[in-house]
Amino acid sequence: MTWNKSVNTLMGGTACKDALMNNRNPREDVAILIKGLTKRFNGLTAVDAVDLNIKKGELFGLLGPNGAGKSTLIKMLTTMLKPTGGSATVWGYDIARERNEVRSSIGVVFQDPALDTMLTGRENLDFHGRMYGMSSSLRKKRIEDVLELVDLSDKAKIKVEDYSGGMRRRLEIARGLMHHPNVLFLDEPTLGLDVQTRRHIWQYILSMNQREGVTIVLTTHYMEEADYLCDRVAIVDNGRIVALDTPDNLKDLIGADTITLETQNGADQLQQSLQSFDWIKSTSISAESVELQVDHAQLRVPQLIEAAYRNGVIIRSVGLHAPTLEDVFLKFTGKKIRESEGTRNAMYAMMPRRR
Amino acid sequence: MRQDLYAAYSLWLREMLRFFRLKSRLIGSLGAPFFFLAFLGMGFGSGPALPGIPQGTAYVSFLTPGIIGMTLLFSSTFAGLSVLWDREFGFLKEIMVAPVSRTAIILGRTAGGVTTSIVQATVILLSGIALGMTVTGPWGVLLSFVFMIFIAATFIGLGLAFASKMEDMSGFSLIMNFLIFPLFFLSGALFPLDRFPSAIRMLAYFNPLTYGVDGLRHSLIGTGTFAPALDLAVLVVSCLAMLGLGAYLFEISEVK
Repeated sequence: MTWNKSVNTLMGGTACKDALMNNRNPREDVAILIKGLTKRFNGLTAVDAVDLNIKKGELFGLLGPNGAGKSTLIKMLTTMLKPTGGSATVWGYDIARERNEVRSSIGVVFQDPALDTMLTGRENLDFHGRMYGMSSSLRKKRIEDVLELVDLSDKAKIKVEDYSGGMRRRLEIARGLMHHPNVLFLDEPTLGLDVQTRRHIWQYILSMNQREGVTIVLTTHYMEEADYLCDRVAIVDNGRIVALDTPDNLKDLIGADTITLETQNGADQLQQSLQSFDWIKSTSISAESVELQVDHAQLRVPQLIEAAYRNGVIIRSVGLHAPTLEDVFLKFTGKKIRESEGTRNAMYAMMPRRR
Repeated sequence: MRQDLYAAYSLWLREMLRFFRLKSRLIGSLGAPFFFLAFLGMGFGSGPALPGIPQGTAYVSFLTPGIIGMTLLFSSTFAGLSVLWDREFGFLKEIMVAPVSRTAIILGRTAGGVTTSIVQATVILLSGIALGMTVTGPWGVLLSFVFMIFIAATFIGLGLAFASKMEDMSGFSLIMNFLIFPLFFLSGALFPLDRFPSAIRMLAYFNPLTYGVDGLRHSLIGTGTFAPALDLAVLVVSCLAMLGLGAYLFEISEVK
C-alpha cells in the first residue's frame, strides 16, 4: 500500500502524483522544509538548529568548509542519520516518521563512492533500478538514458573497478537520477576531480536540473562551483547557516568592484586628476598605488588610463577585483575557507572519529 | 511487500554475481576445508579406528559432515560480516537509502549467504564421497541440506551481529581466532565429543554447530550422539535467535 503510493510518485503517474503533492504539501512550491534541525555527536554539535526552505526546481547549494556540518545535514535529510532535535520534511514527508516515503522521493550521490566495484556500470544501475521497484523494460530504457546523459554508454559493460575517478562520479550521478527522484542530493559532487572533469560534471548537473526539472541540493566547499551552479547558496559555518541568498545578491553585500592603479610617478597626482569622475565611490592611496571603488570596473578602465595620460601620470599596472563568494564567506565567518578548514580539521583530529 | 521481496531477490542476485565472478575467492575459501578433509582423512583414516567412532564407520565418513559444518561456519560468518565490506566500500549507503524495508535487506543478504555457503558445502560433500565416504541414501542427503540451511542462517546472524557493532575490519582476526576456531574445534567436527574432559564437553553443548554437525552425521552416515529431532530443534531455535539478534543490531546501527 505504502509502496504503491511511492511507486506512483516515482514513476511519474502524473495525475496521481499531483494529487498526492497537493495533499501532502500545503505549500506547493516547497521541496524541503527544515525547522530547527539539530544533530549532536557525543558533545559535538554538527548541525545547530538550522531553519531552511528549498523550493521545487531549485538548484540549491550548501557552501562551507569541511566539517561545517553540510554532510551531516544531508545525511539527516536522506534518512541516513536520525536528528537529535528539530524536524524536516522532504517532498512533504517527515524525515523521521516517513523514512520510506522520503527514500522513494529522493536520489543521493554520497561524498564517498558507493558503487559495487565488482559489478559493471550497467549492473550497478540495474541493481539500483531493482531496489527502487522499476520494471525490467523501464530499467532498460532509463539505463540507456542516464548513461547517455553522462557519456558512459560505451563503458557500460566494464567493471567499475576499472573506471577512473571521474567516470565513477558520473556513474553515481547517473544512478542518483535514474529513478526520477523529485529531489537529488549531491554531496561534494566534484571533490578530488581535475578541472576538466569538474567542468563536465557541472554541465551534467545543470542539464539535469533544466532538462529533467529535478530539485537539486548540493554541498561544496568550492566557491566557484556554488557561484556557477546554484540558484541560491547557503553559507554554512559551525553547523549554522550564516548567510543565504543568490550568489549575485551575496556578492552585492560586499559592494563594488575594486580597481588598483599602480603608477610610476605620483599616486597623489593621479588621485587629484580623477576627482572629476563622479562614478568613483571612494579612493585610497597606498605607496605608489591608487585603489578605487567603482561599479562595472572593466568599463571604466579606458577612461582612467586616458585621464592619467592627459595629466602626465604613467601607469605601470592595472588590477581589477570583482567580489567573489570567497569575500562573502570572509565577511560572514571572519576567515577564509581554507583557514577555517584547517582549524576544523585540527579539531577533528583530536576527537575520537567515527566512520 | 511485493517490492520488498523483489528487492531481497535483487540483493540475492548481486551476491550470486559477486560470488561467481570472484572465482579466486571461491577456490581460496574452499582450500582450507578441502585440505582438512583430504589430509586428516588420509592421516587418521589409515590407522586403527579412533575410539568413539562407531564400528564399521570409516574416519572419512565421520569427518566429512564435520568439515561440511566447518565450511558452513566459516563461509556463513564471513557472509554476515561482509556487511562490513559494503560499509568500508560505501555500497551499504546505496542499499540503506533505497526505499526498501530493513527486513528485506537482511532477508536478501541471508538468502545470498545461505546459497553461497551451501554451494561450498556441496563441493566438500562431493569431495568426501570421492575420498571414500559412504552416504546413507538420497533422503539422507536431502535431509542434510535442511540442516545446512539452518547452520548457515545461524552463523550469518552471528556475522551480521558482529558487523553491526564493529566500526571497521580491525576486529576481524579477533573474531576469526577467538570465536570461529573455538566454535569449530568444540563442535565435534574432527573427533567425538566424549574425548573431551567433561568441563570442556559442557562448553560444546552450548555450541549450535555441535548439533549441526551431529544432525549432518545422522542424515549423511546414519550415526550420531543426540536424537536427530533434538539437533533440528536446537538449530531452529539458535537460527531464529541469532538472525533476530543480527537483524536487531543491524536495524539500530546508523550509516556514518
